[in-house]
Amino acid sequence: MLIAAQCLLIIAFVMISLLFLVYGDRKIWAAVQMRKGPNVVGVFGLLQSVADALKYIVKEVVVPAGADKTVFMLAPIVSFVLAIIAWAVIPFADGWVLSDLNVAILYVFAVSSLEVYGVIMGGWASNSKYPFLGSLRSAAQMISYEVSIGLIIVGVILTTGSLNFGDIVRAQDGNLGLFNWYWLPHLPMVVLFFVSALAETNRPPFDLPEAESELVAGYQVEYSSTPFLLFMAGEYIAIFLMCALMSLLFFGGWLSPIPGLPDGALWMVAKMAVFFFLFAMVKAIVPRYRYDQLMRLGWKVFLPFSLFWVVLVSFFAHFELFGGAYARWAIGG
Amino acid sequence: MTVADLAFYFFAIVAVVAALLVVVARNPVHSVLWLILTFLSAAGMFVLMGAEFVAMLLVIVYVGAVAVLFLFVVMMLDVDFAELRAGMAKYVPIAGLIGVVILMQLTMVFGSWHMADGAEAARAAVTPDAAEVHNTKALGQLIYDQYIYLFQAAGLILLVAMIGAIVLTLRHRTYVKRQDVLAQMYRDPASALELKDIKPGQGL
Repeated sequence: MLIAAQCLLIIAFVMISLLFLVYGDRKIWAAVQMRKGPNVVGVFGLLQSVADALKYIVKEVVVPAGADKTVFMLAPIVSFVLAIIAWAVIPFADGWVLSDLNVAILYVFAVSSLEVYGVIMGGWASNSKYPFLGSLRSAAQMISYEVSIGLIIVGVILTTGSLNFGDIVRAQDGNLGLFNWYWLPHLPMVVLFFVSALAETNRPPFDLPEAESELVAGYQVEYSSTPFLLFMAGEYIAIFLMCALMSLLFFGGWLSPIPGLPDGALWMVAKMAVFFFLFAMVKAIVPRYRYDQLMRLGWKVFLPFSLFWVVLVSFFAHFELFGGAYARWAIGG
Repeated sequence: MTVADLAFYFFAIVAVVAALLVVVARNPVHSVLWLILTFLSAAGMFVLMGAEFVAMLLVIVYVGAVAVLFLFVVMMLDVDFAELRAGMAKYVPIAGLIGVVILMQLTMVFGSWHMADGAEAARAAVTPDAAEVHNTKALGQLIYDQYIYLFQAAGLILLVAMIGAIVLTLRHRTYVKRQDVLAQMYRDPASALELKDIKPGQGL
């Protein structure tokens, strides 16, 4: 019973943040382009996302005649459900977690590597050119960037000596506030993780699976109504999850940045909001990559760099260099 | 029956049915999707056995990477299903024969199955004790401390296989124009652009 209530609480949190994330994304994007953005429904247009969601739900579901109907309907469900279930292991404060898995970080990684199936299945089942091209691009892109995300996570795991999010955050606790967090010792990887997260969630400038100037809307072309809503919701939830991962892995999760102030879930949510702001800004100011540039960046720049970093971190950790900044398992967690 | 038992039967039945459908499905893409379901059920059973690290690796490696590549290739195949079905009747007898032979061989093997004397004892005494060390750590100790040389040898074999595959498929085509990324980045408008003033009705 308690578990069910906790599940509901997390889903409610994710869904309500989703509504305002979509609104915030559009507002930030509009502000950068000196437009007003959504401003009609509700005060300052705050209820725009609610109106949009309602509109999607009441519209007719159009299934293309040549489509593989089962897979076509399954794809958005897969993409939405996978985006939601990853939140089961995300802690919001010390002990505030639905399932305190030993291998929590691997679980999140596994779930986010499954998210590619929603895109591939949707693109293939639509039985049409542009969705198919979009899904092929997405398959290659997500696999490429998963490799570097995995290696970046390995660096953090090496420093902590645990696969549990609670341990990872507790290992970042210390007297120096925000200078104890992993962003300092793992600084280059923070940038790499952020860029890989953009690519993994198909966000601009890496939104090639749905590049509207080339592929109309990529794998989403044939989708309408609620299935489209599920795709879009899944995408935004995955982005928000990446924000949560950023703050847990590198920015101390629920820990307060200033020593003396109390830790708590508010810090976690605030950090996630800041990273979402960065995601939105990148969308607004960076032009889209070309596909071959994207693959080159993934395999020839990020992969060697993150691999080298793993070796470097194990070296630092083993010899406890830099005052043991890379060997927190001996000190804290 | 406890929840764990129910979950086990659920995963087991799903795994077997999905595996069957991999073979039976008419559409190869559906086959791959059923295969993914089989992998996921196997991962579920690993979790039930308390081997959550192996379960996560199964999902990440097989479902998240290998099966995606399968799907990637199968989606692009241009297979005529009717043509494939047409040859079915011709090959059924020989396929049945091969099946019977394999079944007989398997019965012969399992009919005279002997356990080594020490095997049962070795299985009971898992190194290190499962109750003391968390299974991720235990696996790490086994692979990277105890059996490091075997692990390295396995890695070397995979590396050789990878290099072999690359060498076999690598073709240096001279007529293909290749991109030089550095040259592209250091190109400036002065060397790439030329502005011409064209008078109406004349052209270049």
